[in-house]
Amino acid sequence: MAIIEMKNLWKEYGDQVVLERLNARVEEGEFVTVVGASGCGKTTFLKLLLGTEQPSRGEMLLDGAPLPAEPDESRGIVFQRYSVLSHLTALQNVMLGGELQNSRWLGHCVGKTRKALQKEARAMLDSVGLGQAMDKYPHELSGGMQQRLALAQALIKKPRILLLDEPFGALDPGIRADMHQLVLSLWKSQKLTVFMITHDINEGFYLGTRLWVFDKPRLDPQAPGAYGARITYDLPVGNCEKNTLTRINRSVGNTSRAINDTL
Amino acid sequence: MKKLINRQPGRVGQWALGLLPFVLLIIAYLIASDARLAANANDKLLPALNSFADAIQRMAFEPSKRSGDYLLWVDTLASLQRLAMGVGISALMALAVGIANGTIPYIRATLSPLVTGLSLVPPMAMLPVLFIIFGLGELAKVMLIIIGITPFLIRDLQQRALEIPREQIIKMQTLGANSWQIITRLVWPQLMPRLIGAVRLSLGPAWLFLIAAEAIAATEGLGYRIFLVRRYLAMDVILPYVVWITLLAFAIDFMLSRYSRWRYPWFHQQGH
Repeated sequence: MAIIEMKNLWKEYGDQVVLERLNARVEEGEFVTVVGASGCGKTTFLKLLLGTEQPSRGEMLLDGAPLPAEPDESRGIVFQRYSVLSHLTALQNVMLGGELQNSRWLGHCVGKTRKALQKEARAMLDSVGLGQAMDKYPHELSGGMQQRLALAQALIKKPRILLLDEPFGALDPGIRADMHQLVLSLWKSQKLTVFMITHDINEGFYLGTRLWVFDKPRLDPQAPGAYGARITYDLPVGNCEKNTLTRINRSVGNTSRAINDTL
Repeated sequence: MKKLINRQPGRVGQWALGLLPFVLLIIAYLIASDARLAANANDKLLPALNSFADAIQRMAFEPSKRSGDYLLWVDTLASLQRLAMGVGISALMALAVGIANGTIPYIRATLSPLVTGLSLVPPMAMLPVLFIIFGLGELAKVMLIIIGITPFLIRDLQQRALEIPREQIIKMQTLGANSWQIITRLVWPQLMPRLIGAVRLSLGPAWLFLIAAEAIAATEGLGYRIFLVRRYLAMDVILPYVVWITLLAFAIDFMLSRYSRWRYPWFHQQGH
């Protein structure tokens, strides 16, 4: 059974159509990268997956049942910024998931449980390369380290689905390449299903198993909100020609210009 | 030569410039005081420094002839107790209501208009009401401080709670937190330094309400004493009391600021 399935999914805000007629199935273990112009509903799609927005029409199914209408443990997330809690050290951030689970009232653990959580969190931090920064607060970490921490914090809960919202958009190119390696290795070792939003099409072509392009196939330059975005390309990654990339780039470029001009 | 806006005083210069206005004020006072006392040796308006020293000696280090108390310390203790109770209770209430308002939409919808309405009531206009309801005892004075600063504290904390990045609240939910845990592990700890900041700002109004209440009905307290000796034009007592109150206010503010920096380094190192 598909882990995520969309059936004729629409999302509208008033008379602005953001997404229209989305139909897709994603199997467990797939790594889907989502690219598209700004304003083409990538973030809205992520919010639908998170549960902070509900579809206007159609269905979003998780394991065949309607997706919960609020964020929960089944879907972990890493945002571009503010993903980790600024008042906790790296170690406390990673321990948080376990503490919340073990202490429903206080959210703080003591004694043996705490020791076990600490040990687990230390191992997790080591595996993302933050072994030296356990007791630092997020503001003392670089942008790349903060994103490593956010990954560690999300993955220690072993979510079935990991959502990444332009997680490396603010990082330097070299650091970004390191983070790609990290994400790929975590995805393989934890058997995750990953949805990653990016506006960097090359990143989308390099990472993951499947590439979705969100674009507006029908575009009224006078009213870009009249028609919504659809998945215009659904490609297996590493299996497409150079022309495709050029074609996608041109189409996405046109859309973003049209949206930009009317703003 | 650099433009004026780009020229910086050095370290010593900074201190010297900062002290300069204080020194000038003191010199101006001494000259004016001398001139008045030369014209009339019994002038009460601008007493000389030795009159201040006498007054401080009398108020702080000699038992009062009537009651046997050391008045300055009795007054200070009474005022600080009222201030601590008023500000402490206000801070606790503000923390509870501010967090609830800022976190839970149903509570915000219910209480936020009430808090906004209450914050517009002029507290001093309520003082007679408080004296009628609570009598002339301690409670009325503490209540005035509470009524005066709690709405401001609640509104500030509610706003700060709403400013917590949405991402972090979603993050907590994806880590399995329930509403209560989101409050205890995210909202409350992140609002503590904000509360201290808001309390520091509200200390000015708190002193105002305290002194006003003491001026009207009290048997001891810094505000009571100032208004009592006003009848005898005792500037030699009033001015040291004012300086003392200012020093107390400064010390409290300084301690709160230091405590916050020590306890919440993650907050202050982010540029707050």
